[in-house]
Amino acid sequence: MRYVLALSTLLSVFWLINSGHYTPLMLFFMVVSVVFVAMLCRRLDVVDGESQPLNLTFSIPGYWLWLIKEVVVSNIAVAANVWGGAETISPRLIKVTAHQKTDLGKVIFANSITLTPGTVSVDLEGDQITVHALTRDSAAGLQTGEMDRRVCLVER
Amino acid sequence: MEVLFDIISWVCLVSGSFFCLTGGIGLLRFPDFFTRIHAASLTDTLGASLILVGLMFQAGWGLVFAKLLLILMFSLLAGTTASHAMAKASLKSGLKPLESDDAEKDGVPEGERPSQQ
Repeated sequence: MRYVLALSTLLSVFWLINSGHYTPLMLFFMVVSVVFVAMLCRRLDVVDGESQPLNLTFSIPGYWLWLIKEVVVSNIAVAANVWGGAETISPRLIKVTAHQKTDLGKVIFANSITLTPGTVSVDLEGDQITVHALTRDSAAGLQTGEMDRRVCLVER
Repeated sequence: MEVLFDIISWVCLVSGSFFCLTGGIGLLRFPDFFTRIHAASLTDTLGASLILVGLMFQAGWGLVFAKLLLILMFSLLAGTTASHAMAKASLKSGLKPLESDDAEKDGVPEGERPSQQ
């Protein structure tokens, strides 16, 4: 039930932000459409802890801040590689182990790897993520396991 | 305050444009498909983000601000998903990534590489 409530709240906020028309008629339409979509999702059986990860609400903002810092740092590194030319890169494929327990945690980890420039997650099988790294440094940065550890903390 | 916001906004816009430009140049300079994805992700992440943050300072608090925030969130999520899908599809269909000479030492052993299958 609380997942349905969370979904309805999210949809309503999304509607309110995108609309900008707050007359009673329009708000009535909003309620109708939100109820309709929530019912549809319930019948499709997609309203659960995976599509509405409520347990992450408080742990994820801190991780986002850390991720933003990582993204900025690696952006600068890759920009230096671009201006330095093709001799400064040393591309390679590496495998990293994802220690997260849930599928959602693994997806967060793999998505964070891709979001950071210099590393792209290419494949995810079991708990092994194949990563294409642009340089030796970006590969080494990932292999320290810092990001893996932080995603594990978010998941708890 | 107005002037301060304008200054921050312009710093964000100009540096965002710089990262977009760098991404474009990297797209031309890097040797193969997989390395070019990394260059494109510059434009995707910090380039787009800084431009949107710069525009948020121009917009001020309000509906436009919230919409820009939504655009930022969705473009970050969609960008990573698209890069992953492209990289996976090209590796699965047999495109071999360029690898530097020292890659074997700390990478995946020769036989286990997906590109060799």
